[in-house]
Amino acid sequence: MKEIVINPATRLEGHGKITILLNDEGNVENAYLQIPELRGFERFCEGRRAEDLPIITTRICGVCPVAHHMAGAKACDAAFNVEPTETAKKLRELEYCGYFIYDHILHFYFLGGPDFVVGPDAPPAKRNVLGVIEKVGLEIGKEVIKHRAYGQRITAIIGGRATHPVTALPGGMAKALSEEERQEIEKMVRSCVEFAKFSLKLFDDIVLKNMDYVNLIKSEPYTLRTYYMGTVDKTNKVNFYDGDVRVVDTQGNEFVKFAPSEYLDVIEEHVEPWTYVKLPYLKELGWKGLVDGQESGIYRVGPLGRLNVADGMATPLAQTEYERMYKTLGGKPVHATLAFHWARLIELMYAAERALELVTDPGITRKDIRNKPGKPGEGVGIVEAARGTLIHHYILDEKALAKKVNLVVATTHNAPGICMSIRNAAKGLIHNGNVNDGLLNKVEMAFRAYDPCFACATHFAIGEMPLEVEIYNHEKRLLEKVRRGGIQDE
Amino acid sequence: MSEKLKFAFYWAASCGGCEIAVLDINEKILDVVAKVDIVFWPVAMDFKYKDVEAMPDKYIDVCFFNGAIRTEEQEYMAKLLRQKAKYLVAFGSCACDGGVVGLGNLWNRETIFERVYFETPSTKNPELVTPKTSFTIKEGKLELPEFYDTVKTLAQTVDVDYFLSGCPPPVPLILQAVEAIFENKLPPKGSVLMPNKSICDECPREKKDKKLTEIKRIYEIEDDEKTCFWDQGVVCMGPATRAGCDAQCPNANMPCTGCNGPGPRVTDQGAAIVSALASIATDPTVINQAVDPMGTFYKYSLAHSILRRKVVKK
Repeated sequence: MKEIVINPATRLEGHGKITILLNDEGNVENAYLQIPELRGFERFCEGRRAEDLPIITTRICGVCPVAHHMAGAKACDAAFNVEPTETAKKLRELEYCGYFIYDHILHFYFLGGPDFVVGPDAPPAKRNVLGVIEKVGLEIGKEVIKHRAYGQRITAIIGGRATHPVTALPGGMAKALSEEERQEIEKMVRSCVEFAKFSLKLFDDIVLKNMDYVNLIKSEPYTLRTYYMGTVDKTNKVNFYDGDVRVVDTQGNEFVKFAPSEYLDVIEEHVEPWTYVKLPYLKELGWKGLVDGQESGIYRVGPLGRLNVADGMATPLAQTEYERMYKTLGGKPVHATLAFHWARLIELMYAAERALELVTDPGITRKDIRNKPGKPGEGVGIVEAARGTLIHHYILDEKALAKKVNLVVATTHNAPGICMSIRNAAKGLIHNGNVNDGLLNKVEMAFRAYDPCFACATHFAIGEMPLEVEIYNHEKRLLEKVRRGGIQDE
Repeated sequence: MSEKLKFAFYWAASCGGCEIAVLDINEKILDVVAKVDIVFWPVAMDFKYKDVEAMPDKYIDVCFFNGAIRTEEQEYMAKLLRQKAKYLVAFGSCACDGGVVGLGNLWNRETIFERVYFETPSTKNPELVTPKTSFTIKEGKLELPEFYDTVKTLAQTVDVDYFLSGCPPPVPLILQAVEAIFENKLPPKGSVLMPNKSICDECPREKKDKKLTEIKRIYEIEDDEKTCFWDQGVVCMGPATRAGCDAQCPNANMPCTGCNGPGPRVTDQGAAIVSALASIATDPTVINQAVDPMGTFYKYSLAHSILRRKVVKK
């Protein structure tokens, strides 16, 4: 038995480690994604003031703090039995669209995109954002930096800070939008709509016009037949900020649709001794292990999950792209893991279009930004984080201090799927012990599609996942070490 | 400068926000990369621990270290990077003061596990399984690092040259620090690379120095958006907290929660704020109205405080 350890030591609410186990013939026996860290927010949030929870929980993730801030604020709204004003809801959603713009640009251009734009087999030194800029030109590179910064700026204006915003309170917002700020955001958002169009065209030119890529997207090692989960509005269109949560089965039929307060009827989490992350599944179907299919309770969330559960997009340009994606990939649901990238760009379009609707809404600068909270109790807040459904559940005592806190975060929902995708890619690609950089990158592509919160930021400057694979024989003696750039003997 | 400077970045128990703050210098990062060789950045580059181990001592000019110390591996890396770097900068609240992660010191590993893996209502775990540092599966053995009961700051682990706090550190201060390094104008060892004043000094809210008769929660008041939060009865950490962010939370109508860490001449952020509150309270019982003193006064600095942690009885 050989063991391959991919220890990129990168971040995802902590760190991630992949272990691939080969049998004596050098074929993949199994693969594990291990999350080797835990910080214990569910414990140390106990005793905190309710209004601090949307602030403390942003520190779960510095890449997607806005998602935790909003899920926390909505859980507080529910716990205090208060409905935010319409103005407050619009402001929160506008800030939220800014966050999606920043986060989706980051992933497409810095993390996932290079595999397609530069190519999955390109030399590792080129397979990064600098390689992307080289291919598309420096001017466009600067546009990428500019629009990512716009997303951060929108959060800073409405949320008070770009990272770890503070203004969402039980019952609404602490700060109204001035007309001057509104104009600044409108200008940025108009530019983001154009940038989203450009990004989709880039994807079209580079990926969809290349049959090799389309075949790669559709290929078996990157296919997983699971259930999907995502939030939809009243007409079953994708919504990031509010709505009910819909689950569809492997055929695309609605399995269940539930209000946030009912999540415990639908979701359960399983504990394994080899990872600190819990593995969620659909309660009704039960935990069947790491298997896909109609009988298994494993579901996936995130851009592809959201598009698969919805009947469409609520804005025109995004809707056109939505229809094109399903037409190209053969109808709903799409089980091709690499289609997460396409879905992400369609969502970028939606985020920009929706932000434009909100920022040009005459009510957005109104000053009625808060309603008075009621008595403290219990509440669940759900939003769609960039990476998928995010659940905050608070039980408050009579002093409005947190008695119990439960959190089910986006990447956690996807943990079983990511683990299976890695296993399938490894099984489909690694044969007879042959491992090289290109193959490893293709294994990596299986999890990169999910955008599991990995170190997005720093990929900007240098742009390569650190990856080292150690191959051991059954006596645990190190046989060889594969790194970016080839095999070296030990 | 004949040779490029060598920078290293490392993260321990943190959220990634510090890395985003570095990215938020936007196009200026291209200027930095032009002047600097980055020799270690695990999230971005293909250098491994053994590459750092192989470096001569003091090979790295400046190492920016974010995150608190919660695991054995993080402690090892802190010691290693201390040895290899001329200057070690504690970067962000977690490295400087323990950060929000430091609130974990109100519990220990066992009680955290109980909550996360047994009690949470969505968890189904009848056999009471918990993650193990070493676990045998049929195909082999899987290992996980162990974490400590207590969260520590970087300076409680190794000798630190400079401190740049904030959750995350304000972008202008990051640029200022990098500029000081380029121009060889770093202040004396042990300095905090932030302004020597408190949040109140940069807060535009008007202070009337009213006596404190009642403590209120932020959602209970009708904020007039002009008056000091203390005068409105709301606890704001500004007086005990170091400046450097342009009072961004008070400017967004929210009280300072203290993320920049203790201000100048403040050793214990929580003790400082309690003493300030006591000095303006009309009655000692007013202070009792401050619910959750640990989470309010030590939100980012429990690990660094005189208290450090709670003793958890077995």
